Formats: sequence, structure tokens, C-alpha cells
Amino acid sequence: MRVLELDSVVGGYGDTQILHGVSMHVDAGEIVVIIGPNGAGKSTAMKAVFGLLKLTEGAVLLDGQAITNTPPEQVVRHGVCYVPQTGNIFPSLTVEENLEMGAFVRTDDFKPRLNEIYQMFPPLLEKRQQPAGTLSGGQRQMVAMGKALMLEPKILLLDEPTAGLSPKFRGEIFETVKKINSAGTPILMVEQNAKQALGIADRGYVLVDGKNRFEGTGQDLLDDREVAEMFLGGGKQSEEPPAKPSKPAAKKQPRKSGKT
Amino acid sequence: MAEFINFYLFPGLVLGSIYALGAIGITMTFGILRFANFAHGETMTLGVYIAWTLVQLTGFKSMLAILLVLMPISMMLTIMVVLLIDKAFYKPLRASPVIILVIASFGLMLMIRSVTQFSWGVQLKTILPGIQPRMQLLDFFSFPLKHVFIVGGALLLMYAVHYVLTYTKIGKAMRAMSDSPELARLTGINTEKVVMATWVMGAGLACAAGVFLAVDTQVDTMMGFKILLPMFAAAILGGVGKPYGAMAGGVVIGVAEELSSYHWIGDGPLLDPGYKQGIAFAIMIAILVWRPTGLFKGKSF
Repeated sequence: MRVLELDSVVGGYGDTQILHGVSMHVDAGEIVVIIGPNGAGKSTAMKAVFGLLKLTEGAVLLDGQAITNTPPEQVVRHGVCYVPQTGNIFPSLTVEENLEMGAFVRTDDFKPRLNEIYQMFPPLLEKRQQPAGTLSGGQRQMVAMGKALMLEPKILLLDEPTAGLSPKFRGEIFETVKKINSAGTPILMVEQNAKQALGIADRGYVLVDGKNRFEGTGQDLLDDREVAEMFLGGGKQSEEPPAKPSKPAAKKQPRKSGKT
Repeated sequence: MAEFINFYLFPGLVLGSIYALGAIGITMTFGILRFANFAHGETMTLGVYIAWTLVQLTGFKSMLAILLVLMPISMMLTIMVVLLIDKAFYKPLRASPVIILVIASFGLMLMIRSVTQFSWGVQLKTILPGIQPRMQLLDFFSFPLKHVFIVGGALLLMYAVHYVLTYTKIGKAMRAMSDSPELARLTGINTEKVVMATWVMGAGLACAAGVFLAVDTQVDTMMGFKILLPMFAAAILGGVGKPYGAMAGGVVIGVAEELSSYHWIGDGPLLDPGYKQGIAFAIMIAILVWRPTGLFKGKSF
């Protein structure tokens, strides 16, 4: 069952075109990861789903229905939740108030869902009366994801959930993502920590210069020599995720495009 | 001691309560709509003239009738006018840069003031004529009864603001949007509804603050503009976007203004009462220089 599909979307901000025909899809129950060098349009592709930029060509389909260029406040009502990379919580609101705001568009009783979220993220139950801004980075991400899950979305979009977190928290976040997914929510995620992300992903897409470059199952991409060279630090563990993957990719770029 | 409390501290609290009520609207508009609303003082003036007209029409002369019956009606009428103003002037500019909105509010300030002056004239008026009774407490303390009502009414309204912001869905959404308008939109919060709630709260409180000020002093077409600066100072002192900060800031500025003319050293006042207004300005400058986020860690620009 196809939950979300991007069909060769083209678009960007103002006159700057960033996506030059990106296609991808997420099936029910899947974790799909988008990787690629900086400026490849990974986050932009995700924002395209959420109506945060103008698409000039192509289509975004949710459960087979076109939601192309629907504004964000409407996309939410269709059951898509998006967790931005930064500024994804309301810092002066308590943890519980953040979760309540996540349920803003719900008209039914959200209390049972609130309890489910607390079961999924036990640390949040303890800190539910604290302002979310006082929490640690990892716990803030939990609040952000919990807030998005309050709607029981058809699909969850995560934009670099581990950015700026220490390796210990990173592992925790990936575990959380797996947990959310196994509870039934399909996930589309942009990640800089490509290796770890592909490790938990069902499938992955590699974007370069606003176009699809590779796609395959998480394991296939991990095993692919070219992908490994470009994005996984030549098979070595990358310690500096934001900087490293971009540089080799940029160098490889001319050679690769000459071939195709 | 009794003199200090009767003539400096308590009047300071009265003035502070009025500033606080006005500053809540300024800080919320700043937090949620992202602009400094220069027309806020004029909203206050307009509310006062609406109340004055109601007093003339009904012939009510007692303070209780004015505060308990006419003031709530004036608040509702002021809210309606402000919602219409939002629809006509601010809504089309919602996506514009902040500076455009600030200039629009400046224009509205002049427009509302002119309309007020044209419709009601520029002569001073009184809303509560005659000598008002005083309240005697423990032989030492003696306050005008109207001051007791002003402080009590302001506390009640501030509690109402607290209740709305803490326990209602729309109030929480207002705080959320003040934290981050972008995330509020992504979360699916109905931002137009939040904007409306902000105008309702701001305009209602502005009208109440104006009526309190009019009951304490007199009715004047410049009265709102004259206290715009102290209200801004209160909002900045408390931290922009922080309603509780605005309440605290208002009280601090009101009290500081009154205490500045107490004879702290020697026999004469420390500062000539004519310079009272300068205190708010001095506090605002000091805060902007040394602690731009204010007491309650608001936004800094």
C-alpha cells in the first residue's frame, strides 16, 4: 500500500529551483531515508510534501489523492505530520502543553493518545509539567516527535532528527524512530548520519543536485561501493556527519555527471 | 511611613495596574502578530470615549455601575471596533514585512485619534464627577475608594488573562504562537483564530485600562498616547511576548514613577514630579542596553 508518493516534482523557493524532478514513495509500515550531500535538496523534497514550497511540476500523492501545493495547515489535517530540524517545540510551553498543541486539530478526546505517547516516551511523563525548553536535546526531539504523533498521522516526516545530538543521543533517537515505526506509523526521514539511518531503514534514496541518484533497500545502499565512497566516508565511520559527506560528493560530482 | 504608602506606594500600584493592563496587549501583539502596535494607546482612548458616551446615555453616576456594567459593555464595543480594524487594515498586510505593519499601526493611531477628536471634541471631560469617598484602614492608611476598585479590577482582569492562557485551548495556542508562529502553522494551529483572540484580549484590556485611568483622572483625546511609552517600557521590561512580564513590568514602572518624587534625601522630592514620565523612558533604555530580553526572557530584536 502506497502511503505517500512524490512523482517527479520540480520546484524551489522564489526563482531558485532546487528540485529538478524528484520521485520517491513510502509504503505502509516502511522507514524510508533520504541521504545526500549538503544542498542536494533532501530537506526541500520533504518540505515539498508539506506544502512549504511551490511546486511547478509533478505531483504529491497521499493515499493516492493529490495534495500538491496544499498549504501546511491543510496538509496536517490530511494526516501528515512534519518535524522540522530546528525550532520543533514550543520552548515556553510545558511538555504536556506541547503534546496538547500537537492535537490542536483533533476534535475528539485526545487523552488516550496522550497516555500512549507517555508510554512510548517514559521520560516525558516524568517531565510533563516542565517547560519543554529546559529539556536536553534528545528529550526535546522526543517532545517534537510525540507532538507530531498526537494526531496519529498517516505518515511522519522527520527532518534530520539527530542533527546536533551527541552519538549517545543519536542512537536513542534511531531507536525511538524504530519504535514509532513498529507501532504502525510509516516514516520518511532526512538524515546526515547516513550509515546509522540506512541501518534502520527499509529503503533509502540518494539525492544529488535535486535529482534522484540511487535508490534501494537500506542494506543495498550500505553495500554499494559508490554510495559508500560518496556518503559513508569510504566505508569508514564518519565522525563529523554534516561536513564530511558533502566534500567527497562535491569532488566526485563532475566525474559522475560526465559518465551519465 | 503612612505617608509613603498613602501618597507614593499605593498610587504607584494604581498607575502600575493601568500600565500592566495596557502592556499585556502590546506584548501579546508583539509576540503573536510580530509588530509594535502604536495604535494601542488610541484603542484605549477610543474605549474611554465609548464608556463616556454610555455614561451620558444611561446617566449612571455611581462608580460601581460604571465599572461593573458600562465598562464590560465598552470593552465589548471596543473589541468589535478593533476586530473590524484588523479585518480592514491588518489582515491584508498579514504576510508583509514587520515594518509595514508598524507603519500601518502608526497610521491607524493618527486615524483613530482624529476620528475621536472629530466626534467628541478635544475638551477635557470627566467620567466620574464629584468628590469620591476614601477608604480608611487602621487609622494610618487612607485611599480613595476608586483606587481600591482600580487595583482590585486590574487584579481580577489579570487573573482572567492568566486563566485563559493557562487553562484554555486558545490561550495555550496563543502562547505557542508567541513562541514560534512558524511551528504553530506547521502544527495545524488555527493562526487566524489565535490572532483574533489576541485582538480581543488586547482591546478589551486596553479599554479597561483606559476607563480606570479616566476614572482616576479625566477623559482626554491624548490620554492613550500619553501612556503609550510607559506601556511599551513595561512590555520591554517584562520581556517582549511575555504577558506575565508585562504585568510585572507595568507595576514596576508605575511604582518607580511615583516613588521617584518621594523625598528620599532631604525635604524636597528626589525628582521633580514633572519628570515622572522620564522614569519609564530611562528604564526602557537601560533594559534595552543591558538586558534586551527583559525580566522574563522575551524576544530580543
